Amino acid sequence: MRMLTFANRNAKEIIRDPINVFFGLGFPLVLILLLSAIQANIPVDLFEIAHLSPGVAVFGLSFMTLFSATLIARDRSSSLLQRLYTTPLTPLDFILGYTLPIIPFAVAQSICCYLVAIILGLDVTVNILFAILFIIPISILFIALGLLFGSILSDKQVGGICGALLTNLSAWLSGVWFDLELVGGVFRKIAYALPFVHAVELERAVIRGSYADIFPHLWWVLGYAAVALLAAVLFFLRQMKRQ
Amino acid sequence: MDAIKIEGLTKRYGDLIAVDGLSLCIKEGELFALLGVNGAGKTTTIKMLSCLTAPSEGDAYLHGNSICKDTAAVKTLIAVSPQETAVARGLSVRENLQLMCGIYGFENDKKVAKIKELTALLDLKEVIEKKAGKLSGGYQRRLSIAMALISEPKILFLDEPTLGLDVLARSDLWDIIRSLKGKVTIVLTTHYMEEAEALSDRIAIMKDGKLLICDTAANIKAVAGTDNFEQAFVQIVKGAGK
Repeated sequence: MRMLTFANRNAKEIIRDPINVFFGLGFPLVLILLLSAIQANIPVDLFEIAHLSPGVAVFGLSFMTLFSATLIARDRSSSLLQRLYTTPLTPLDFILGYTLPIIPFAVAQSICCYLVAIILGLDVTVNILFAILFIIPISILFIALGLLFGSILSDKQVGGICGALLTNLSAWLSGVWFDLELVGGVFRKIAYALPFVHAVELERAVIRGSYADIFPHLWWVLGYAAVALLAAVLFFLRQMKRQ
Repeated sequence: MDAIKIEGLTKRYGDLIAVDGLSLCIKEGELFALLGVNGAGKTTTIKMLSCLTAPSEGDAYLHGNSICKDTAAVKTLIAVSPQETAVARGLSVRENLQLMCGIYGFENDKKVAKIKELTALLDLKEVIEKKAGKLSGGYQRRLSIAMALISEPKILFLDEPTLGLDVLARSDLWDIIRSLKGKVTIVLTTHYMEEAEALSDRIAIMKDGKLLICDTAANIKAVAGTDNFEQAFVQIVKGAGK
């Protein structure tokens, strides 16, 4: 009950920020429309809708990191968290209260992405439903990164690190905008050592209906999500104790 | 009866001693001020008493509950209005109060009654549907205190409650704090001399983490040999530096 009250507040704070709504829902759609328009004029395999839409659905999740990190960092700087630490809310209430309300937002974002993709010619199959479900573990990875950054950075730093650096990293190293095989070498190795490209490959496999191909990408995503969540919890508890 | 009994409370951050062996008692229903210049250790003392930070040494007992061993029990007795306004800026005044009611597990009837009572007490009726982030500094402070009072605390910590407010907003807030006198034990930190003198039953003056004196404003002036409280404060604080 207490946790749900806190989660409800966090959901309201996110939804009521028009910048969140634009970047969370609008920006990925703009990207799909823009790149589909390019594809219509200069066909590129990478930007075929069945290939592009899973990538944009994953890339859009980097904004979930920004939302959760900004919310936590602002709550820290405004001392709202300090006030709440003196209430009966437990550490678990805080972790779940910050994580859970962003999951429906991530799912809504991917639904919007795939709806637009359907309008642009993506085949309507049950795979889309599964792709939306597989967004949940991927979103936990991105939300946990937000919890982690929000626990260690100020609200101004969060804008730079999550808003600029992480969104760019997740874009470059995910294989959404260009084929990593074309770059190759160390860049490709780094990309495949990180979770972003695995998240995109996972979604693409699900959309294709090639369920055998979701491995090993799913393990990479789940592994990174578990590590990020653990680190987020530890750093959140550390800043809680440092009040 | 003592609401708060502090015994040798010390907080160290590396080589820095923020609070140094603080010992004092605060009676139930008393309005007690911690007064000092920046870095005196006022906020650190409040953070320790409200279980936000653990003491390096010593202990304090709030209605008999140790801040080191019985933190869960202490949290049911206290509420804090931090130095910053500490409100949820995207929520309305009503939603902020509902948030605190929900966190304390109030049933709907109690929630409605409590919000009605506190909006009347803190004169928040005209801004009840406004977003907290759009309120003036004075109204944000009132909301902050209302949020702290939701849980019907036995001890209320007000950390610099009038910092940055204009004269009228400060005067309004003083009236509100006076109206709480006797109903709840209030520990207030401030570096405004006139605020401490006007509101408090007793005042503790701190410097560099140490308690210099703890008495009524009248007695502190008598000890310093002056009729002016600000002069008394300056003499005591400067005297401690010699």
